[in-house]
Amino acid sequence: MFPDLGDYATEVLAAYGASIGLLVVIVLLSMRRSRKMRAQLDAVEARKDAASGK
Amino acid sequence: MSIWEYANPKKFIATTTPLVPWVMGISISCLVVGLVWGFFFTPDDFRQGSTVKIIYLHVPAALMAINAWFMMLIASLIWLVRRHHVSALAARAAAPIGMVMTVIALITGAIWGQPMWGTWWAWDPRLTSFLILFLFYLGYMALWEAIEDSDTAADLTSVLCLVGSVFAVLSRYAVQFWNQGLHQGTSVPVATGERSVSDVFFVPLLVCMVGFGLLFLALVLMRTATEVRARRIKALEARMR
Repeated sequence: MFPDLGDYATEVLAAYGASIGLLVVIVLLSMRRSRKMRAQLDAVEARKDAASGK
Repeated sequence: MSIWEYANPKKFIATTTPLVPWVMGISISCLVVGLVWGFFFTPDDFRQGSTVKIIYLHVPAALMAINAWFMMLIASLIWLVRRHHVSALAARAAAPIGMVMTVIALITGAIWGQPMWGTWWAWDPRLTSFLILFLFYLGYMALWEAIEDSDTAADLTSVLCLVGSVFAVLSRYAVQFWNQGLHQGTSVPVATGERSVSDVFFVPLLVCMVGFGLLFLALVLMRTATEVRARRIKALEARMR
């Protein structure tokens, strides 16, 4: 099943490993910051509503 | 209905938030199909051996690195002309993704170049302009962080983006401007439509390019919404002080 990469196995696997790793990192960081900002905005809006007596 | 309605931050978030999981899902599906197809089910090239499998990462990443900058350029021009905050924030949101795409293109290019050219790096026109584009990405992101006032930051980064566009154009067309260097010509020339890549490699490559494009779109939408929320937090906190 696994293809025979011959003499270039290290190069091909390193390219795939580094690229997929970087893609996963940018997706996870973007999702984490998105979740954090949503929670922070909810908290600030709740504080604002409480201050204005809503 | 006008496209400028989406310059309203609330409308932008309401429209894009339900779209992001779909676009992200389709992009990941395309990437899985394209990469598995390319890695497991395509033959080795008669000259390049198995290193040809790097094309499924290198070409889409390089394509998106350049296109991300062009997207930032359009968003920056919209900011400079029409002063829509969402467009400035979209440009800001795209920069780290474009930077990651540039790093992937540079790393995979170096790894591919070593066995094929006998060197990790050469001061070739395309490679050099790509390295400068990477430095522009870093400078652009640093400038956003360095300036407190967000409108001033948006103005200055937009101007930087206009200047950097020269290198984005050079990265794409360097091999046509100068007949020197090690890098081959464009694999997928859009203007002529004549491909230098056989169909057996091109079809999975196309799937990967669609996957990278949609991943970029999903991440830009998600990160722009995040920037809009961050701006709203700042404004609310300033009002409550």
